[in-house]
Amino acid sequence: MSISTSALKPVRRHPAAPRAKRMLGRVLIYAALLFWTFICLFPIYWTVTTSFKSAVDVTQAHLIPWVDFQPDWKGWRSLGLSPDTLFGTSTARAEFMSRFANSIITSIGASLLALILGSLAAYGLSRFRYKFAWMRNDDILFFFMSQLILPPVVLALPFLVLYKALALLDTRFGLILLYTLSVLPIVIWIMRDQFNAIPIELDEAAFVDGLSTWGAFLRIILPLAVPGMVAAFILSLVLCWNEYFFAALLTSTDAKTLPVMVASQTGSQGINWWSMAALSTAAIAPLVLVGIFLERYIVSGLTTGAGK
Amino acid sequence: MQNSASVTDDLYHQPAVARTPARRKAAGRAIVALASFGFLLVLLVQILHTTGATAAGFSDWRPILIAYLIWAVAFAIAQVLIRGERGQRALFLLPAVFFTIAVVIFPTVFGIYIASLDWNLSSVEGPRFSGFGNLVGMFNDTYYWNALGNMIFYTVAVLGEYAIAFGLALLLSAEIRARKFFRIVFLLPMMLSPVAVSWMIGKSLLEFRFGPAATLARYLGWENPAFFASPWMARLSIQAMDAWVSIPFIMIILLAGLQAMPREVQEAAKVDGANGWQSFWHVTFPIMLPVSITVLIIRIIFKLKLADIVINVTAGGPGGATDTVSSFIYRVYRDRSNVGYGTALAMVYLVLIIALLTVLLRLSKRWTQRVA
Repeated sequence: MSISTSALKPVRRHPAAPRAKRMLGRVLIYAALLFWTFICLFPIYWTVTTSFKSAVDVTQAHLIPWVDFQPDWKGWRSLGLSPDTLFGTSTARAEFMSRFANSIITSIGASLLALILGSLAAYGLSRFRYKFAWMRNDDILFFFMSQLILPPVVLALPFLVLYKALALLDTRFGLILLYTLSVLPIVIWIMRDQFNAIPIELDEAAFVDGLSTWGAFLRIILPLAVPGMVAAFILSLVLCWNEYFFAALLTSTDAKTLPVMVASQTGSQGINWWSMAALSTAAIAPLVLVGIFLERYIVSGLTTGAGK
Repeated sequence: MQNSASVTDDLYHQPAVARTPARRKAAGRAIVALASFGFLLVLLVQILHTTGATAAGFSDWRPILIAYLIWAVAFAIAQVLIRGERGQRALFLLPAVFFTIAVVIFPTVFGIYIASLDWNLSSVEGPRFSGFGNLVGMFNDTYYWNALGNMIFYTVAVLGEYAIAFGLALLLSAEIRARKFFRIVFLLPMMLSPVAVSWMIGKSLLEFRFGPAATLARYLGWENPAFFASPWMARLSIQAMDAWVSIPFIMIILLAGLQAMPREVQEAAKVDGANGWQSFWHVTFPIMLPVSITVLIIRIIFKLKLADIVINVTAGGPGGATDTVSSFIYRVYRDRSNVGYGTALAMVYLVLIIALLTVLLRLSKRWTQRVA
C-alpha cells in the first residue's frame, strides 16, 4: 500500500519536493509494476517453455531456452502439432482438433445468440416502458440480472435430466443454450448502457423520416451500437471459451470442449509434463491473442455500467 | 423472430397511430389459441406416451422443444397483430423472456421437484419420492457444512483481492511510461481458462518436487513446501490461484473509476496540504466507494460459483479442506450419481446465496447513501 500512495502524488507538478524522494517514488512504482508483470507472465512463460522441455529439464527446473536447455518439439509432437508430425496422421491431433472445433463453435454460437437476444431486450428496456403484470422496466431488468447469481450447480443436475429426455446430452447445441444463458445478463447489462448513451432524438428523427420502430432500431441505432456489441461479444466469448463446469457434466464424447480435455489429461496420465504444457498452451493461446489485440474492447465492455 | 419482425415492419409505417382493426385482433387471438392448443396436444401425446398409456408418441422429448419454439413465435406474431405498435415494442423483449423462461425458470422449478426425489441415475430403480429426506440427509452431511464454511473463507478473501487490485489500479493510473503494455499484461490472467490455470500453476508451478515455486520456497528456507498438504495452506493456494485469475477484473473496473474521477478533487486535497496517504483515505477512497461496492458484489457473486480450480487441483482435498459447495456437489454427482441429493444441496445453497446477497445489497445501499 505504501507504494500505491506514492503513486497518487502528481509528482511532476511538485517542483518543491526533494529530488531524492521523487526518484525513490518513481523507482518504487516501477518496481511494483515489474513485480506484478512477473507474477502475471511467469506462469504463462513457464507453460510455454515447458512444452519444449524433456523430462530432465523439467525435473532440474531449467528455465531459459538455449541457455539452460535445448528446446525440443517434444510436447507438440505428442499432440501431433510439431513440424515433423504436422502432415502425418495423428489420433492425438485429431482429438485435439475436434475439441478445439467444439470450443470454437459453442463459444461463438452462444456469444452470437446472447448478443442477438440481449441487444433486442436491452434496446427495448432502454427505450420503451413495459408493464408485464406487476413488473415494470426495472423489475424486468432485475429479473434478467438476477440470473447472474444462479450458481451453475443449481441448473447442472436438472439440465442433465432434461437434456437426457430431450436427447441434447453431449451435443453442441445443448451447450450453446446453456452458455447463452450464462452470458445473457452480462450482454443485456452492457448493451443497455450502450443504448442509453445513444440520444433518443435519433430514434425520433427516424420516426419522422417514416421508419417504424424496428426500422429505426435496425437501420439507425444498431450501427451506432457496434462498439458496445463487439465488447459484449468478446467478453461472452472469453466466458464461454473458459467454461468448464457444464461442459464436464453434460458432454462425454462428441461435444467435449477444450477445458474438459485439459482437465481429463491432468487426471489420468500422471505427469507427462511436456504434453500437458503443450495442451495448456494451445488452450490459452487464442484468448491470450484476443487479450493482446482486443484489450480495449474488453476493458470498455467491462467498464460500462460499473461506473454507477 | 427476426423474420416475423421484418414482415410486420412493413405493415406499420406510422407507428403509435391507428387502432388495430377488430379483424386483425381476432386473427391474432386465433393464432395464440391455435398455437397453444397445438403445443398442449404435443405435450399431452408425449406424456401419455411416456407413462405408457398410448403407443403413439415420439422417441424423445425434443419435439416438445420445437413445439415450444413454434408457440413462442406464434405468440410474438399475435402480439403484433393484436396490439399493433405496442406489440412491436414487446417484440424486443419477448425473445429474451421466452428464452429465459425455457432455460432458467423451468429447469429451476423442475430442480425443486428433483430435489425431493431419491434418484440415483446409475441405479435401475429410477426416481423415488422421498420428500424432505434429502434435507434430513443434508443436515447430517458434515462435508456439506464444511464446504459452506470454506465458502465463507473464500468470500472474505475477496477483500484481499480487492486491496491488491486497488493497489494495481492506482499504479496504472499514476504517471508511468508504457501504460498500455502494463495494462495488457495485468489483464492477461483474466483471459486464461481456470482449468488451464489449475494445471499451469496448481499442478506444475506449485508441484512439490520440482515446481519452480517449490524450489523458490526451499531456497527461501521453507524446508517442506507442500502447498496442498495442510488444510490452511491448501485453501490459501487455491485462493491465490483464483485471485490470480480474477484480480484483473476488479482492477480494470477500479481503474475506470479512477480515471473518471475529476482531477480537481485531487488537486484541491493537495492545496489543503494533504499528503499521499491522507488524500487517498479522505478523497480517493470515499469517491471510489460506490464503484468499489459494485465490483465487490459482482466479484462475490462469481466467487460463490468457484468450482473448476478446486475440482482440477485438489478435488476438494485434503479431507474436504478446499471444497467449495459447487465442487462438492459435482463430486456428489460424479461419485454417487445422486441427482436428487445433489440438487437438494444446490437448492439450499441458492437460498443461502439469495439471502446473503439481499443483505449485502441492503447494506451497500445504506453505506453509499451515508457517504453521498
